Amino acid sequence: MNTHAHAEHAHAGASQGTNVAIWIGLVAITGLEVFLAYEALQPTLMLTILVGLSLVKAAMIMSYFMHLKFEKFSLVLLLVPAMIFCICMMMIFFFPEAFRLLQMRPR
Amino acid sequence: MGSKKLGMWLFIVSDTLTFSALLITYSYSRLTNPDWPKPFPMNPAIIFSTAMTVVLLASSLTMVMAVMAAQRNNRKSTVLWMIATMAGGLTFMGLHLREWFHLFEEGATITHNPWGTPQFGAVFFGITGMHMTHVLIGVIYLGIVATGYGRGKFSAEDVEVNGLYWHFVDLVWMFVFPLIYLMSVKY
Repeated sequence: MNTHAHAEHAHAGASQGTNVAIWIGLVAITGLEVFLAYEALQPTLMLTILVGLSLVKAAMIMSYFMHLKFEKFSLVLLLVPAMIFCICMMMIFFFPEAFRLLQMRPR
Repeated sequence: MGSKKLGMWLFIVSDTLTFSALLITYSYSRLTNPDWPKPFPMNPAIIFSTAMTVVLLASSLTMVMAVMAAQRNNRKSTVLWMIATMAGGLTFMGLHLREWFHLFEEGATITHNPWGTPQFGAVFFGITGMHMTHVLIGVIYLGIVATGYGRGKFSAEDVEVNGLYWHFVDLVWMFVFPLIYLMSVKY
């Protein structure tokens, strides 16, 4: 890698302070999740809240620790919509099949 | 963007779908079984798994530091941060194995458990085992890249690609911990 490219590369990404702040945020959200686990919520509501908080944590990790925020937007367009589409397809097709199998179980 | 980095991102997307399939199936099983086992008391299971989460998050931060040091071309600092990351990964595995052996002692296996709903063992050991395998591979991968980078055989990009894999392992745990442990807390 030449000097110019190296210097350009070295400036990519968040500062050390920002990364530490993100880490503190991730630990804080983890603490909130543990707190919520001891609130007697309905399983469906609990699952929805926990998945929502996990998605926030995943976005923080991908954006800052994995530098996706600082990459070319074309990479985000290549990866994220395809991934979301595939996960949505799983959620659409898993459940009817799963319900069908449930109805087939021996009584 | 280099081909190594793009290749790692594409691998991460494919592996995301593997874990998504496992976790979506688990979520369905969890919600459709009202008598799903809740074998995780605060002490030791939740304290241990929370500590494991913090350790894994800390190892992600040390990996960020390693990538930043590599971008500054500081080889010694990079290798030290990568060793710290490996230590975090090994600590996570040690705590996780202790948790597994605790469940074995209580009679839980992949096909059977004393709390009913036999699926629990398959789900718990299947998903956490899959994740722990990724952590083990990550620690070995870190060791290889740290050694190669220290000897001048690997570039800063190799460290960054290694970092992407490690952060992905951390990211997956951010879903496994709340869904598997916190959804089965024993009050």
